[in-house]
Amino acid sequence: MTPESIPHALDRMLPRVEKPGRYTGGELNSIVKDWATARLKVCLAFPDVYEIGTPNLGLAILYDLINRRPDLLAERAFVPWSDMEAAMRAAGLPLFALESKRPIRDFDLIGISIPYEQLYSNAVNFIDLAGLPLLAAERDPRAMPLIIVGGHSAYNPEPMSDFVDAFVIGEGEDVIFDILKVLDEWKAGDAPKIELLRKLAGIWGVYVPALYAPEYNEDGTIAAVLPIDAAAPAKVLKRIVPILPPPPTRLIVPYIATIHNRYAVEIMRGCTRGCRFCHAGMITRPVRERRVEAIVDAIEEGLKNTGFEEIALLSLSSSDYGDVVDLVRKVGERFAGKHLSVSLPSLRIESASVELMEALKDNKRGGFTFAPEAATERMREIINKPVSTEQLLETVRAVFERGWTHVKLYFMIGHPAETLADVQAIAEVCKRVRDEGRKYVGNKVSVTAGVSTFVPKPHTPFQWVACDSIEQIRAKQSLLKRELRGPGLKLNWNNPEETQLEAWFSRGDRRLGAVLRAAHRKGIRFDAWQEHFNYPAWLECFAEVGLDPRFYTHRERLIDETFPWEHIDVAVKKQFLAEDYRWSLRGQTRIDCRERCFACGILPKFTALRMQTPAKAWECPEVKPKHLRRATTPELPVAGD
Amino acid sequence: MRFTGHLDLHRAWERTFRRAHLPLAYTQGFHPQPRIQLAGALPLGFTSSCELADIWLEQDLPVESTLTALQTAAPPGLAVHQADAVDDRLPPLQVLLRSATYAVQLEAEQPDLAQRVAALLAATELPRVRREKAYDLRPLIEALAVDPQDPAGLSMQLAARDSATGRPEEVVAALGFDPTAAHYHRSALLLAETGSA
Repeated sequence: MTPESIPHALDRMLPRVEKPGRYTGGELNSIVKDWATARLKVCLAFPDVYEIGTPNLGLAILYDLINRRPDLLAERAFVPWSDMEAAMRAAGLPLFALESKRPIRDFDLIGISIPYEQLYSNAVNFIDLAGLPLLAAERDPRAMPLIIVGGHSAYNPEPMSDFVDAFVIGEGEDVIFDILKVLDEWKAGDAPKIELLRKLAGIWGVYVPALYAPEYNEDGTIAAVLPIDAAAPAKVLKRIVPILPPPPTRLIVPYIATIHNRYAVEIMRGCTRGCRFCHAGMITRPVRERRVEAIVDAIEEGLKNTGFEEIALLSLSSSDYGDVVDLVRKVGERFAGKHLSVSLPSLRIESASVELMEALKDNKRGGFTFAPEAATERMREIINKPVSTEQLLETVRAVFERGWTHVKLYFMIGHPAETLADVQAIAEVCKRVRDEGRKYVGNKVSVTAGVSTFVPKPHTPFQWVACDSIEQIRAKQSLLKRELRGPGLKLNWNNPEETQLEAWFSRGDRRLGAVLRAAHRKGIRFDAWQEHFNYPAWLECFAEVGLDPRFYTHRERLIDETFPWEHIDVAVKKQFLAEDYRWSLRGQTRIDCRERCFACGILPKFTALRMQTPAKAWECPEVKPKHLRRATTPELPVAGD
Repeated sequence: MRFTGHLDLHRAWERTFRRAHLPLAYTQGFHPQPRIQLAGALPLGFTSSCELADIWLEQDLPVESTLTALQTAAPPGLAVHQADAVDDRLPPLQVLLRSATYAVQLEAEQPDLAQRVAALLAATELPRVRREKAYDLRPLIEALAVDPQDPAGLSMQLAARDSATGRPEEVVAALGFDPTAAHYHRSALLLAETGSA
């Protein structure tokens, strides 16, 4: 099939598939550039269907930045749903990009964003649907696109490393242009692929797995992941942007409903709270905020360009945004009364949050969401999210008092050292919240407990801990199902088998590449979709390649174990994480690190960058050049090794 | 655009008005919705050059500048041809809609197309089942002809009343062709006279 015949083939195919609007492109603010004159062509991919991938802000940022450059072109691609995949395979139609309808394999670079592990099987299938060899070693970037993977899952790149030429560790805004420059220069010459890989490995934030080899101990743990090429650094330091660039305002306006339909703007990146289970909180340091004016102006412009009826102010912890009251007041003033809804997720459990929401909402529709994560004081100390039940009750009182009737509470089971009593307490807290609501809104009160299962993540203080077994999870869930019955109570939980998949891969090593290949041969994909997830088939894949999945999940790691992701440097030191883990076992908490720097490692690693950025741009303490330190700020709390 | 469903099309219109800074009126109540009423749902996959909608604004605005603003703000695939200020007391388009005309392009030229059309029109009833409901298609076909310029083209006029809507795919199927292998274009919406209202 030639590139020119794809649109015609689609014309015939689309009336026969579910939600054909997934595959048409042509949306407002999508950008179709001249193929012939673009110097380099980038395909930005999300390995799930259009409705899931379209609202992804990371891809939107890169789409905007790349397309601003006159010599470059960026298009989008998602994976087809199974009906469309079958039709495409039957017709010999290769995966294509939405803008030009060109085959993916005609691009120079494919950037796949993989925020979570359930997308791995889809990402492998994406490469196959593009008509490319699955293994990076078998792909020739002279004739095929270079495949780069980024997103939060890339902080442990090893399970996907067989399939990927290079990973971006960290933030993409600057590094994408470094990568494209190297690719452009390499394309102009005739050097072999290894030369391209070496150059890529020299870019801050780029990990080239082919230049590293893992060595294993007899028990299967990692001895070391070492560079096997002089061009490869021993550790790959994550990339960050010192100051957040202006947010994109021309977001694509989909014609069909997607999981989020809104103008989303990141108000800050990073989090100072230090919850020990939280992957994002550890890997996205340091905290950098956008100014209120920049946010409000972006919203103004964004709404003008999109017409969205919802605004989302995104961050890991909205309440911690420095000028949150001012931000909310200004957003309320500028945009209220226009049938706009504003969402401000991730609010702290305190009555101030309720006041914030009240300023933003023009009605009491929807509800209020809080994430206590644990229900006993002991457990909250272990995870470092010390919010008392009293404080939660006081907060929900403020919610119900103002006429809201619905509260959603997020908890996790499977935290380290958790007992059934801690789980029982989740049910009790939910009931107390419900009873509190009854006093104000009567039987209209509804409390939803969203109870997910904790999965230990790399680069967090809990990277050492063993996961609960399926049996333990089931026991805890059935306790909750039994207890959280009755009027005004609702329980949501995750399938424990799906949690296993996430857990295998989140702390997996390079040997899991063989498992992913076996899974692809079996037709495994769409693991994030219940109707597709096939646990027994995954167990067969592990058996086929001779690996025990429990090795990755149900094993407590020794404190000095070398991890498969040890050569990935997120700037937060392993020593700090280990100390925090020990603190956790003692039930010792840490306060917000804006109050006091705990020397997690960010500052010594990024000293030079910090010195160049304005004092208020980061929440980390200011660092002044050495010769000025003693003279001006003798008390400056410089964090150091 | 033609694969945008009815509800999503509502959204597209709402966003167009928002981008145009035109003050859409919203319904009252717990879930306020923009007051946009499309005359008749356009089936998924159809193109059209004749869609009509009743849209309420919060204030009276000059028609000319409103039209210009909409034309500028419309997304790719939606072209706004005309706008009129309408007396709010008149019945809505949904009530006035009587029939719709379609141009249907079959996948390939069919040598016996004229005979099949004649046979279909000669039938006194055309019992069919759609979504597990039996109905008679014949009274819904008001006109049906082979396009004189295009031997693979059909033009048809079908009833489009509230409880009696003819679907062109059904006509194509009744003619014995694969309805998913044709292209459908809605060319006109025919309304009842409003003079007496």
